[in-house]
Amino acid sequence: MNYTIDQLTQLEAEAIYVLRETAAQFENPALLFSGGKDSIVMAWLARKAFWPAKIPFPLVHIDTGHNFPETMTYRDSFVENLGARLIVGSVQASIDAGRVREETGPDASRNMLQTVTLLDTVEEHQYDAALGGGRRDEEKARAKERFFSARDEFGQWDPKNQRPELWNIFNGRKHHGEHFRVFPLSNWTEMDIWMYIQREEIELPNLYFSHKRNVIKRGNALLAECKYVSPQPGELAEEKVVRFRTIGDATCTGAVESDADTLDKIIQEVATARQTERGTRADDQRSETAMEDRKKEGYF
Amino acid sequence: MDLLRFTTAGSVDDGKSTLIGRLLYDSKNTFEDQMAAVEASSKKRGDENVNLALLTDGLRAEREQGITIDVAYRYFATPRRKFIIADTPGHIQYTRNMVTGASTANLAIILIDARHGVIEQTCRHSFIASLLRIQHVVIAVNKMDLVDYSEEAYLKIVDQFKQFSSRLRNIVDVSFIPISALNGDNVVDKSDKMSWYQGPSLLYHLETVYIGSDRNHVDARFPVQWVIRPHSDEYHDFRGYAGRVSSGVFKPGDDIVVQPSGFTSKIKAIYADEKEVDEAFSPMSVAIRLEDEIDISRGDLIAKPNNPPESTQDIEAMICWFSAEAPLAVRGKYVLRHTTNEVKAMVKEVKYKMNINNLHKIEDDLTFQLNDIGRISLRTSKPIASDPYQNNRATGSFVLIDEQTNQTVAAGMIL
Repeated sequence: MNYTIDQLTQLEAEAIYVLRETAAQFENPALLFSGGKDSIVMAWLARKAFWPAKIPFPLVHIDTGHNFPETMTYRDSFVENLGARLIVGSVQASIDAGRVREETGPDASRNMLQTVTLLDTVEEHQYDAALGGGRRDEEKARAKERFFSARDEFGQWDPKNQRPELWNIFNGRKHHGEHFRVFPLSNWTEMDIWMYIQREEIELPNLYFSHKRNVIKRGNALLAECKYVSPQPGELAEEKVVRFRTIGDATCTGAVESDADTLDKIIQEVATARQTERGTRADDQRSETAMEDRKKEGYF
Repeated sequence: MDLLRFTTAGSVDDGKSTLIGRLLYDSKNTFEDQMAAVEASSKKRGDENVNLALLTDGLRAEREQGITIDVAYRYFATPRRKFIIADTPGHIQYTRNMVTGASTANLAIILIDARHGVIEQTCRHSFIASLLRIQHVVIAVNKMDLVDYSEEAYLKIVDQFKQFSSRLRNIVDVSFIPISALNGDNVVDKSDKMSWYQGPSLLYHLETVYIGSDRNHVDARFPVQWVIRPHSDEYHDFRGYAGRVSSGVFKPGDDIVVQPSGFTSKIKAIYADEKEVDEAFSPMSVAIRLEDEIDISRGDLIAKPNNPPESTQDIEAMICWFSAEAPLAVRGKYVLRHTTNEVKAMVKEVKYKMNINNLHKIEDDLTFQLNDIGRISLRTSKPIASDPYQNNRATGSFVLIDEQTNQTVAAGMIL
């Protein structure tokens, strides 16, 4: 007999194991849902992990207020189909409450502000574990992340003092006030995510597929012209055929020129891509260790 | 496609990060923006060539000091296989990281500097690979360019290693490959400078090494993680035991026994992916329904009556101590986590420590400090159903957790 399963099924089994461990080890976990492909896959796996029961934790969306409208429509119908509960943490509310100050200038982004709203939401609802769709192949600081990542009472990550994680034994023990970030997709690559979406026939927000849109070239990134991003002196909004490789806040998520309008074409494009997917993220290019610095503060 | 997990070990300056950078770069698994960033950093640091090691050093302190601090995981794929690399630092003080990286690996690459041959650290890395039961080891003799690609120098090291490794148990399969990570010789492509070497390049070996027989498909073990009870109208009486098969094969109709209670029943159905399946084996995540309503909860283990694991409160184990704050306390109490189970455990006795640089037992100093490895006896508050680590990685491994700090302070392998 040949008792083997292919690598996608192995990754699926591992993620389901981590999701079940999270439900079992924590009293009040939550799944961070951005409407991006990684969190969609994570929620999809959560449904499988507990089927035929419902997902035993809510989905939490940290809403910067600067979303692509497509993401919001998608979010609501996806959550409904899943039969899950949705909690929204609003960056706008954090700004209104004076918890954070909005950046100004043409590159202003609410990306950094999300951290405060995220930590406030975690505290308000007393979540002791927040499931994130982060993958280790995304970025060099994330490559050092654990499945179960301990955060202190300030929500901070200390990369030099992480708990060793051996075999499949995860240690989620914590003191009052501390919480965990859990990353079930740690071992997935961008390609794995796409192959899985194709295999499972998961519906995605149409932003991922090529379409016509007015974009502004700023630095290395193509930003979508919208309510929050407009051309600065010397810049020009041009209509191009583009798609998004990641979906986040509209002010810092760059598009790529692409005519990949089907999953097959996207997979082909990812296979031959010469730029990392976060290469289009303006937030990562602020310094060499931009992600590490944000993660230490409590970013996703 | 198939998946191979491997770990890399070498002492400082053996060229480990360079090797991984080379594997990623030559197998076309790096991206333009990554390379541009690495080129810019290399220039800023005043490095002569593009420093491929910077592809893997992630944290600020690592880039500043040019060292690797923590285990980093890397991913790459070729048309034959997908690879997960646990890149572990070579510093003496980071034995715990190598143990961590080794715990999930199918294969270990141990780097030896061709100029220095087998050194203390080679011994340590090989011992850890053997202790963690990594069945496949590749000895990559690196920096062949610095010994004029000499066959004699290479054979001397092969010989040194064979002599010493005869004292290691567990390692089933050892291969030797002469390489230059810096120049790319025998990493992805065969080198034209070492015509005396007839074997495969490192990547070809990684792509083709047979790991199909590494998993244990004999001893059926299923630790229960979570009990699924939908309480819905459609699935009113549904009670599914969710978990991941550690080893062996389960099929509907199989007789089972639950440890440690000893209750028996029969498998009614197995669900994977919202569908009923004919069988479940490692490493599948499934939910199992039984014919009888018996009391089963997280931490229990489902096995077969003809071949159950041993349930015991007395455990003999090899451990690696991870805590820099406090040494292992004899008579001390810890939380022991084994599969999905958690019990209290008391350290009854420290038998010996290992000098892992020469494999001698130390019996006059029994204080376990950070990175110490040795044998202890434990008594648990409740029986746990376990196998020797030799036979089963999943049911033979545990960690110890300090109750005050909640830190993971030791990794254990049951004897």
